[in-house]
Amino acid sequence: MIIEALIAVTFLAALVTFVVPDRYAGKAAFALSLVPVLGSLYMWQQYDASGNALLGGSAAFETDIVWLQLGQYDLHWLVGVDGISMPLIVLTTILTTLAIVSAWTPITERQSQFFGLMLFMEANLLGVFTALDFFVWFVFWEAVLVPMYFLIGVWGGPRRKYAAIKFFVYTNIASLVMFIGFISLVFGLGDSISSLRLPEIAQALQAGQLGGFAGLSAGALASVAFIAMFFGFAVKVPVAPLHTWLPDAHVEAPTPVSVMLAGVLLKMGTYALLRFNFTMLPETARSFALPIALLAVASVIYGALLALAQQDLKRIVAYSSVSSMGYVILGLIAYTTYGVGGATFQMVAHGLISGLMFMAVGVIYNTTHTRMVTDMSGVADRMPVTAGIFVAGAFGYMGLPLMAGFAAEFFIFKGAFESTVMEAMPLFTAAAMFGIVIVAGYLLFAMQRTLFGPFEFDGDYEITEAPFHDVAPLAVLLLLTIVLGVSPDIFFTMIQDAVNPILELGGAF
Amino acid sequence: MTPLQTAPVWTAAAPAIILAATALLLLTIDTIDPDTTNNGLLATTATLGSLAAGGVAARFLMAGTGMESTGGAISLYGDALIVDGMSLFFTLIFTSVAAMVSVASYDYLADEQYQGEFYSLVLLAATGMTLMAMSNSLATVFVSLELASLPSYALVAFLKKNRGSVEAGLKYFLIGALSSAVFAFGISLVYAVTGSLVLPDIAAGLSGADELVGVLGLGVLMIAGGFAFKTASVPFHFWAPEAYEGAPAPISAFLSSASKAAGFAVAFRVFTVAFPLGTISSLGPGGIDWSLLFAILAVVTMTLGNFAAATQENVKRMLAYSSIGHAGYALIGLAAITVDGGAANGNVLGASMAHLLVYGFMNTGAFLFIAMVEKWGIGRTFEDYNGIASKAPIAATAMTVFMFSLAGLPPFGGFVSKYALFYSAIESGFWWLAAVGAMNSALSLFYYSRVVKAMWIEEPAKSLEIGSQPVGLYGAVVFAAVGTVLLLPGFQPVIETAQTVAAALF
Repeated sequence: MIIEALIAVTFLAALVTFVVPDRYAGKAAFALSLVPVLGSLYMWQQYDASGNALLGGSAAFETDIVWLQLGQYDLHWLVGVDGISMPLIVLTTILTTLAIVSAWTPITERQSQFFGLMLFMEANLLGVFTALDFFVWFVFWEAVLVPMYFLIGVWGGPRRKYAAIKFFVYTNIASLVMFIGFISLVFGLGDSISSLRLPEIAQALQAGQLGGFAGLSAGALASVAFIAMFFGFAVKVPVAPLHTWLPDAHVEAPTPVSVMLAGVLLKMGTYALLRFNFTMLPETARSFALPIALLAVASVIYGALLALAQQDLKRIVAYSSVSSMGYVILGLIAYTTYGVGGATFQMVAHGLISGLMFMAVGVIYNTTHTRMVTDMSGVADRMPVTAGIFVAGAFGYMGLPLMAGFAAEFFIFKGAFESTVMEAMPLFTAAAMFGIVIVAGYLLFAMQRTLFGPFEFDGDYEITEAPFHDVAPLAVLLLLTIVLGVSPDIFFTMIQDAVNPILELGGAF
Repeated sequence: MTPLQTAPVWTAAAPAIILAATALLLLTIDTIDPDTTNNGLLATTATLGSLAAGGVAARFLMAGTGMESTGGAISLYGDALIVDGMSLFFTLIFTSVAAMVSVASYDYLADEQYQGEFYSLVLLAATGMTLMAMSNSLATVFVSLELASLPSYALVAFLKKNRGSVEAGLKYFLIGALSSAVFAFGISLVYAVTGSLVLPDIAAGLSGADELVGVLGLGVLMIAGGFAFKTASVPFHFWAPEAYEGAPAPISAFLSSASKAAGFAVAFRVFTVAFPLGTISSLGPGGIDWSLLFAILAVVTMTLGNFAAATQENVKRMLAYSSIGHAGYALIGLAAITVDGGAANGNVLGASMAHLLVYGFMNTGAFLFIAMVEKWGIGRTFEDYNGIASKAPIAATAMTVFMFSLAGLPPFGGFVSKYALFYSAIESGFWWLAAVGAMNSALSLFYYSRVVKAMWIEEPAKSLEIGSQPVGLYGAVVFAAVGTVLLLPGFQPVIETAQTVAAALF
């Protein structure tokens, strides 16, 4: 029941915030968003799942009731969490609360609608990470897009309309392709399943129940479905050639929305890849190891190179997300306990660190009203605390030991080197590792020009330290990054527990 | 079996009787106090009457009146009318739409004359629709169709000082008269071949029609034309944009939701009961395959409606074309019926009925939002809608729900109802029909999202002023929005009922 309560409370908080007067909306939303945070922490404390929820493990807080009986396949309200979703739920609730606080300064009009939509989005995100029935999951998955569309389109920068529509069209077409891919899989399974529950489908696929459909043999159907779903999720992640919506959306979105976009929404893509493609069709995934690894490395290198070429701080962070998500794909295709586990861990770590970076850029922007690297220099002189956290966060991004980013990337590289999916995997890993050098390059270069050196600023604004409520979320995120870096086991143990059943299918053991 | 074991059998027609009595009561109020300005009394009476009729219909549905569980359909007046689950299900659609329209009209009509007539005409039209759903003979089909249509003509032209309204009324009437004539001619041809007007007897008479299959085919075609008019489907759809645009917005809501559903109710019954596909398609040389006819009509209707809607600049006109598009989706219910479909036939027809119920909420709500905008005196184009959300966030939220639900996006009722419809079509083997429907659905997001974009994202014009906060309109719009949302989690009882009652037709 706790999952239903968590989602319902968050929806309710969104409704309340929607009608609170604008002046109090930010504070009200913050107070209300603490309830889901406490709820998710309580869940974490009571967490008792074992194994992978899709592969016969027991999910925690599971509810399974029939929602719709329609033809051959029943639709169930099936929710539950396992070691893969639990960390993401905690990440979602904490990051939403911090993003709400960071929105107090930049959001100056129609606040109640803004904060209401943030909470509405949180509720749907919680649904995405807890749903274990395809239909329920898809409803939440699509419902996340609606508040995001408004958040970019209404409160965004000068080109917000273009960015919002581009985001909406890209992700909706992706969803459609993914839906077709998945449903063809369902039809291929035919009578061997009686509902759209993901565990049932995953287990039927493992048992080799997939038949042909629409003139395709079982193997061809699996490949086609895999490609369609991979395409759909890759847009969301985003993987290199499909990433062009991301910089536009990030640059135009207000900072707190960028935090949610990079911190949680991108993880929907990698989470879904792990749950659908890599869990349900492991053999197909292994047969596509070469192109997927190529895409992963291309994302890492190309994203980093693009970041290197940017003058806009926010664009730098946005492109570096493409690069970081490439590591996740690399970890997933490795099919080793450290590879897949590290990829899942990277989802959380990158959620925290990219949130931190976007917030820091936002805090600087709130004061300077520019994000252009060339417009400022020596900001650390006037904003020492913000600059300090910015630097710490950037080092986290580069993978400084004892920070979450290091642990995540270390796991991924270790896992990828050990991988047996193909001979050339160490080669790809080495190439991807080179990405870190570029990351370090562009972050150091950007910081050197903006934060350090003699203070120079052309604008008319007084540059002083940011208010406490702007800096506090940064400090919290930095703290969490360090905690997770020092003892990654808080999440990594449960992640591994949920990931190992996948590897057995992938044949790594 | 009667609803109450001891009640006389005519009580099964209670919903229609309540609606008719309310219409007469409204006329009585108007007689006692002509040109009354007491709009509240009239609106309340009309709303309560509709709700009472709907409540009785819902109660009957739950008690299983006229369904197999209590002994099968109840036949009244020498088989002229029939009360079964399907007629009750459709009554529920008509009455809920009539109730929302009555509530909304309280504000919309505030400064108009002849209010008593307005409400009684709405209720009389609703009575006609209920009778259409109950008709078991082509004679009652024709009479009840006219009973529903004649008040509608008057209602479209209700704003008689407004040229658009009068023009719309005249166009609607002329095309209506033409299609009535075609329809009546079709009935006479069918009668000539089969020798009966009662639907089951027509089916029985088909067996001897081998030599007159051409005449019968022409009759069936003409009857289908009559339904195409009522449901605003191709090729008798072109009155719809004019009528919906010119009519008072609550009447547009009423016509495009309830009247369309009534057309489908009678089409479903006539074609499944009087012309069973198994019998009629094996007649003479070639037979008459009406499911193919409806499949073509469905594809053409939904595609034409969607493409036309995408090119509109006027929001009300866009909704009118979108309503044509939705008629195309609902036609899948007839198009996907097959000779040896068995349970799949009932499933796809039931899915179509469930979609019409959800559509009743979301489409009525959308037109009532237009009514509210008209009341505010804001223009009719997309541009005029710019920035409405900053002035009226609650109404704009409701409209957003309607638009996304009409487009079939989760998490709204329109998503599950379309899913159920397309899924059932695939189950019946008509995957290409479902694919065309899904593609049209995706296309429709383009023009529906334009409304949302205008309301929320565009900057308002400087002069945008919203004067009053009409209570009745707000109430009706919010009610429709809540209904649209709640039909997502609560879809199971709707689809279950619809598919059960639809299965009883075969």
